Amino acid sequence: MARLENKVVLLSGGASGIGAETARLVVREGGKAVLADRDEAKGTALARELGPSALFVPVDVTEEATWQKAVATTVEAFGALHGLVNAAGIGVRNTIEDCSLEDYRRVNDINSLGTFLGCKSAFAAMKAAGGGSIVNISSVLGLRGSSAAMAYCASKGAVRSLTKYVALYGASSNVRCNSVHPGYIDTPMIAPRLDQAAGNRTFREYLEDLHPLGRLGRPDEVANMILFLLTDESTFSTGSEFVCDGGLTA
Amino acid sequence: MELSGQVAIVTGGASGIGAATATLLHDAGATVIVTDIDLAKDPPGRFVTHDVASEASWQALLADVLKTAGRLDILINNAGISGGPGTLESTTVETWQKVNAINSEGVFLGCKYAIEGMKQTGPDKSASKGSIVNVSSVAALIGSAGPVAYTASKGAVRLLTKSVAMHCAEQKYAIRCNSVHPGGVDTAIFNILWQTMGHEQGKAYVGGAHPIGRMAESEELGELLLWLASERSSFVTGAEFVADGGITTGLSRRRVIGAP
Repeated sequence: MARLENKVVLLSGGASGIGAETARLVVREGGKAVLADRDEAKGTALARELGPSALFVPVDVTEEATWQKAVATTVEAFGALHGLVNAAGIGVRNTIEDCSLEDYRRVNDINSLGTFLGCKSAFAAMKAAGGGSIVNISSVLGLRGSSAAMAYCASKGAVRSLTKYVALYGASSNVRCNSVHPGYIDTPMIAPRLDQAAGNRTFREYLEDLHPLGRLGRPDEVANMILFLLTDESTFSTGSEFVCDGGLTA
Repeated sequence: MELSGQVAIVTGGASGIGAATATLLHDAGATVIVTDIDLAKDPPGRFVTHDVASEASWQALLADVLKTAGRLDILINNAGISGGPGTLESTTVETWQKVNAINSEGVFLGCKYAIEGMKQTGPDKSASKGSIVNVSSVAALIGSAGPVAYTASKGAVRLLTKSVAMHCAEQKYAIRCNSVHPGGVDTAIFNILWQTMGHEQGKAYVGGAHPIGRMAESEELGELLLWLASERSSFVTGAEFVADGGITTGLSRRRVIGAP
């Protein structure tokens, strides 16, 4: 039996990377995937590929009105909302000394405010559906500090703590909320930097070496963890941290 | 005295944990600059009006401190607001931004400018030395200890602290950075509750959520902050220090206030 039969899932960042891979799994498992993304070209192309069980909605995660419209469109098209995946995010390299206030705010707005607005906008519809599952994509950098990703660390730390708040807030409405903490995954977020030099090797080699498994993660490996959290296989899990990092934080 | 010759900035120093810490730092021999957006009564050092959310205000403060005191050794990033009783569904973007501007961006700016100041203290970067203590909250650790925007902002401080600690270590600056996670402390951050329940009754109510059955006094946090500020904690960096009367320790029935 399909694991997400007739379940409707809204995914921010659904047009690429982890969000897109999760959308594929949602549809494969009998669910409906609503791709919420800024990238209309990629989003509509993926929705077309996935067929009638998928839909693209334009969303800027930092704009509450676009979230509200996305939730309304989702319920209108598929009748309900059961799952939310907050996968939209940006990765910016900066240290405490070279990060501007503007950059700090931009990273936190997209990663942290964006996740808050997703949870806030989807909550009533999920409650109305009798409950649901929210999966917030944090990072291993929501668990450990990296000198080279200061603003990103802060934003993912915010998502980690926010998730526990939402879990307790939603508990009496049967809305679960968990955070996923991927290691370095081979997605468009880090792809442009992989061939750059890092000392006497490439950045890819440097990142691979951080993971005891000796490689980067694949989007589908994270998507499988998210899928588990979206399904009724994980109904007693809420407010928890799910790590998918090739052993990086071990 | 232990901190003789050292210069400390304490933000949010006009009251609560900041005021208590400023007094303890002063009593340990440090020259303390007390900053706040509200005027401080009888501060244990020079008072400077300071808005932690304003980069220009941090720049002016650092220039002032380096000019008048000549160095910077300690920064206590203590200023913070609760933002009022907002839930997931009732909190506006405006409130979110205001709380994060003070609690998260304020700490970011504090760390950034403190490092700049601490680097100028010695003749070269290997002589840069100092301790930054960021006041986070148990709200960063558990999901029911504060409003939603506050919770997220304190989660940001928790991880920002680790990034700063790693950066300073990698750059070979002798600058440490740690986070402190207080439980309920009897300070003005609970003013709304004091107004609705009365101070003593409110204190008993919040205190009752803590296994040791009471709220903390600001001085009890000040002692921890003093220890982290001093060289007694010289091998400590990037770590989380909980002083919460046991609230994150055991099992208890926890609910978010205002949850449906």
